[in-house]
Amino acid sequence: MPNQHAKDYWKSNLRIVLSLLSVWFFISFGCGILFVDALDTIQFGGFKLGFWIAQQGSIFVFVILILVYIYLMDKLDERYAAAIDKDKDKNANSGESK
Amino acid sequence: MSVQIWTYIFVFLTFGLYIGIAIWSRADSTDEFYVAGGGVPPLANGLATAADWMSAASFISMTGLISFLGRDGAFYLMGWTGGYVLLALLLAPYLRKFGKFTVPDFIGDRYYSRTARLVAVFCAIVVSFVYVCGQMQGAGIVFSRFLEVDITTGVVIGMAIVFFYAVLGGMKGITYTQVAQYCVLIFAFMVPAIFISILMTGQAIPQIGFGSELTEAFGGGYLLDRLDGLGQDLGFAAYTEGQRSTQDVFFITAALMFGTAGLPHVIIRFFTVPNVRDARKSAGYALVFIAILYTTAPAVAAFARTNLINTVSNAQYSEVPEWFSKWEKTNLIVFDDKNSDGLIQYVGDPETNELTVNRDIMVLANPEIAGLPNWVVALVAAGALAAALSTAAGLLLVISTSVAHDFLKRTFMPAITDKQELRYARISIFFAVLVAGYFGINPPAYVAQVVAFAFGLAAASFFPAIVLGIFNKKMNKEGAITGMVVGFSFTAAYIIYFRFLNPNADNAESWLFGISPEGIGTMGTILNLISAYGVFMFTKDAPEEVQEIVENIRLPGEEKATAN
Repeated sequence: MPNQHAKDYWKSNLRIVLSLLSVWFFISFGCGILFVDALDTIQFGGFKLGFWIAQQGSIFVFVILILVYIYLMDKLDERYAAAIDKDKDKNANSGESK
Repeated sequence: MSVQIWTYIFVFLTFGLYIGIAIWSRADSTDEFYVAGGGVPPLANGLATAADWMSAASFISMTGLISFLGRDGAFYLMGWTGGYVLLALLLAPYLRKFGKFTVPDFIGDRYYSRTARLVAVFCAIVVSFVYVCGQMQGAGIVFSRFLEVDITTGVVIGMAIVFFYAVLGGMKGITYTQVAQYCVLIFAFMVPAIFISILMTGQAIPQIGFGSELTEAFGGGYLLDRLDGLGQDLGFAAYTEGQRSTQDVFFITAALMFGTAGLPHVIIRFFTVPNVRDARKSAGYALVFIAILYTTAPAVAAFARTNLINTVSNAQYSEVPEWFSKWEKTNLIVFDDKNSDGLIQYVGDPETNELTVNRDIMVLANPEIAGLPNWVVALVAAGALAAALSTAAGLLLVISTSVAHDFLKRTFMPAITDKQELRYARISIFFAVLVAGYFGINPPAYVAQVVAFAFGLAAASFFPAIVLGIFNKKMNKEGAITGMVVGFSFTAAYIIYFRFLNPNADNAESWLFGISPEGIGTMGTILNLISAYGVFMFTKDAPEEVQEIVENIRLPGEEKATAN
């Protein structure tokens, strides 16, 4: 059975995934497609902003999102790994003693 | 030295390298053959994934498509990179933790059903075959244009090379050749891009040159403004403005993203790393390596378009440069002097336009159009071959594992030994190469359209089934199988109807909600999810032991935890 630590871990994991995916959606489908014409009124350097996000900027954001995910998940794993392992051993021991 | 001699040198050197690696990394067990023994370091896997992913379509066709589509070309750029975010966050770590060899393995075990496994085998084989034919054809084009051998000979040479290292080395051989192929293809893509960027804007980094001012020789002003102006003068749409409807762009982007995350030859790459942490890491590396090419591609597209218009518009036909006549010979550039004035009128209006340029040649012709040295032109040919062969090898491996492992070992002949299974895997690669080669030489009428098929089908079948299998532990086999069958059939039917049965109706007015066949995979994904949930609500939850497996793949910690 899942114990408290495992549940907490899964919840934090879902929170990380959902927040990163909302950025993913906002940048690609939002800025790159739905609001692209509005953003095109903003000019920076030789680019219209909407055009730039659609063709280049979004890809940089995708890379950053995965890097942030790797960093956050490594930290999360470290925080929970020991506790979850201990719970598992406990479960196994109590199972044997029955 | 001529382009042809340079091409022979590069092709010979790179092919020698691939063969050397294949001999060095022979596979001796099914474990090595299917997943390279699960011991590939994340950096190497990231490189291999990038080469596996970037096919002849990415290398040759995409830049050309963008340079003719303008802003709308973004659906390829975002779709084929954004899918990696889904792959890294929703699939790769969990599938690695699950620890099997193939995608049908996951579907079959997670949904405790032979039917589910067989449906997955069928989808994996169809998707991979469709995709591999395009690769072989891409290799054929490069051989015929640069080595001036005929397409058949070109495809046979390509087949022989892939056959050699895929049969010998399996996943282990493929992985390390892909690492080498990534280096070749990225070098071949970047060198001409940097050259052209310096030439046109004085900027060494193409991503920056894209938004910079042109040099005096090219008329000054921002590149993109100039391109918009040039296009509009000739009656083309402005480059930086969209032409397709917003919902169509939305659906195509989503279909390419879900398809990317659901393509079996990409997913199995994450089975080859030692653990979950490395699976995440290698997804990150892969996207970084892919992004190098994908952020350069739109810049190259804009350079190439500007250059093409500058060079050919109102040029004297009798004085066109050599590359023009060479491509004319392959019929990929066609000039028709409608008003017989001896000048090339390249304009937006189809009535008076006299020049037709095949989009696939833009990357290959670009260095010649810009007048770069011969060795750079030849390098591009070697890069295109690396892109085509690396992807073909990855796809062939999926076909072979699906047949030998999922179809024979796990379904119909469970008693065969590891050695026999390995022999079947090699035999099936052999036949897969032959079939792929046949279609490379005799391509089905619409190869480009058929590739959209592969993405739509992967999106509508695998992606939802795998995500539900991980994130809804109670999801049962009835729901998953219904979902896959509904998604796959709907998408296949829609594409076949508009692309093959009734191509005359293939326009925005007759499309469902204005969604083109390229984007319909998104609708298939949604239908898959809805029908899976619909059936799930009226049937039994997945059994307790399956739910426990799902709980386990969600937890941190490595293989020692997989006691159940």
